[in-house]
Amino acid sequence: MSDSFAVMIIVATIASGIRLATPFLLASLGEALGQRSGVLNLGVDGVMLLGAFGAYYAVLQTSNLYLGLLVGIGLGLLIGLFYAFITLNLHAEQGVSGIGIYLFGLGMSDLLFQKLVGTPRPILPFMPLEIPVLSGFPIVGEMLFQHSIIVYIAFALVPIMSFVLHRTTYGLNVRAIGENPEAADSLGVSVMFTRYSAIIIGNGLAGLAGAALAIELGIFQQNLTNAMGFIAIALVYFGAWSPKGVMIGSLVFGLVQSIVLQCKTFGVIPRSASDLASMAPAIITILALVVVAKRFKQPSALTKPYVRGG
Amino acid sequence: MLLRIEPRSEPSKTMKYMSPLIAAVLMLISGIIIFTLLGKNPVEAFHAFFIEPVNDLYGIGELFIKASPLMLIGTGLAIGFRASIWNIGAEGQLAIGALFGGYIAILFNDSNGFFILPLMLLSGAVGGMLWAAIPAFLKTVFNANEILVSLMLNYVALLLLALLVHGPLRDPNGYGFPQSVLFADSAILPILVEGTRLHLGVFIAFAGVFVGWIFLLKSFAGFQIQVAGLAQKAASYAGFQYKKLIWIGLLSGGLAAGIAGVLEIAGPIGQLLPTVSPGYGYAAIIVAFVGRLHPGGIFLSSLLMALLYLGGESGQMNLDLPSAVTGIFQGLLLFYLLAADFLINYRICIGALKKEGI
Repeated sequence: MSDSFAVMIIVATIASGIRLATPFLLASLGEALGQRSGVLNLGVDGVMLLGAFGAYYAVLQTSNLYLGLLVGIGLGLLIGLFYAFITLNLHAEQGVSGIGIYLFGLGMSDLLFQKLVGTPRPILPFMPLEIPVLSGFPIVGEMLFQHSIIVYIAFALVPIMSFVLHRTTYGLNVRAIGENPEAADSLGVSVMFTRYSAIIIGNGLAGLAGAALAIELGIFQQNLTNAMGFIAIALVYFGAWSPKGVMIGSLVFGLVQSIVLQCKTFGVIPRSASDLASMAPAIITILALVVVAKRFKQPSALTKPYVRGG
Repeated sequence: MLLRIEPRSEPSKTMKYMSPLIAAVLMLISGIIIFTLLGKNPVEAFHAFFIEPVNDLYGIGELFIKASPLMLIGTGLAIGFRASIWNIGAEGQLAIGALFGGYIAILFNDSNGFFILPLMLLSGAVGGMLWAAIPAFLKTVFNANEILVSLMLNYVALLLLALLVHGPLRDPNGYGFPQSVLFADSAILPILVEGTRLHLGVFIAFAGVFVGWIFLLKSFAGFQIQVAGLAQKAASYAGFQYKKLIWIGLLSGGLAAGIAGVLEIAGPIGQLLPTVSPGYGYAAIIVAFVGRLHPGGIFLSSLLMALLYLGGESGQMNLDLPSAVTGIFQGLLLFYLLAADFLINYRICIGALKKEGI
């Protein structure tokens, strides 16, 4: 009896870990694309917050969840365009300009929420989409194939992003420009176009990540993301700039969060210990940064603005 | 008519100092637009946000109280930023500084000695530096990215402070509220001007900015930092050790933020709380840049940033605007500054392309 109960809890924990990993995965896939092209965006958390609010508000008004996702993506694309302009055309320092995006997004999403919504009202999340046949399998079915559509989209993006980066001309251009923009430019690849598109798509994914988070939680509040965007940036380092690595990192983080949540609910560990466990994501990130820095090299042109002949 | 962008033959000194002013003006214009969109009378809103908080002596005092952690941290960060060492972790270094300083205050709560305040400052400084030493160590030994390590440590620090204030450092007679005992008078910075809350800490911050100025512009280590920031290769040819500069760059920020943390708890707050800073560590990054990474400029820009905080509070009370507006202004100010900085190296010309001699 207690055995099957334990199995149930483990299955539920893993399933919720996969759900919690989804916003991390979307945001860090986007950040990975931008960094591969040589641009660091520290503003992911701000973009996620704006995407989250936009999606929440759209769903509140229209009850259309897909519209919510689109609004999230749209806001992300818009901020991406702006960020591309200040970093690529105006050569803003990438180490700090993202902090501006973060503070702006944090403030703006809160302002809009308080002015347009005021008291939080919940929205209905996506119904789980049960994959025929597969979802019927015991244990595995419940863990992997009874999620909302956005979870499947996020995980489908992993092979798509891998394919684009490694099997298409565009992906080759992105990687070449992240390593050596001079050489790519001399071969006639447009550094501007490639970086612009990578940043805009990357921010669109961050907006989608925020939308996914707000819809999954069914609510918006001030600082909803609670630094998830910053962890997503770190996950790119954790995953050594590869979509698959980023996915593994996101799953680890989703699972850690899910386990911490379960422990809190069941009171398995004292409160102080679960507070300590809340530090786990940040500490794991730091350890990962140390390991990765030893073994992998970041794109050579990361954070360096490109000036022809400069 | 054609607009063209062409590189300047040498960076414009005028634009270097004009660009913060341009950014501030653009921020004000954006503010007026935002206020109008929110259905507020822009003149009234402007008055409530930027004039009302500082139209009496008390308000001026508050302005300096808010500006002091910002100018102190901004100066400390600028030392690292000049050498292209990006310490984004001042928020956490401040929290650890407050924790270390506050621990002394709680420990000596029953005794009153003149030694308590200096010891708190020293302890806070050590705490901030220890916290900043982590990214410095990981950067110099493992080449781990200092931006992300220092950033992540912010969350660890804030959680650690909250955890301890909820637990061992909580006031045993505080009805379970997550706060420490109120500090004894000997652990509180004395108020210097009657009718205000202007305390000794403000002058400690002034002194810190002055020391930063001496260090950066008059010492050999400061010179090395400047060279390394401008030309890393030249610096290494000259035999400057980059690793040493990483340590100096990060520790100076940690030192300043740690002391700023003590100034907060021994000043306006008077006890340890789970949160001791409304984002000063992030705002100080903007302060450092708007102040052109120069202590004199940082002094001025910290006053502007302090006004944004006070304006946010005043707008919340008088206009029913969420205090989040402050963050929007901070973000906009930074964007506009980084954008306007483009004009330091480039100029916008009107007219057709001239023939250029090469």
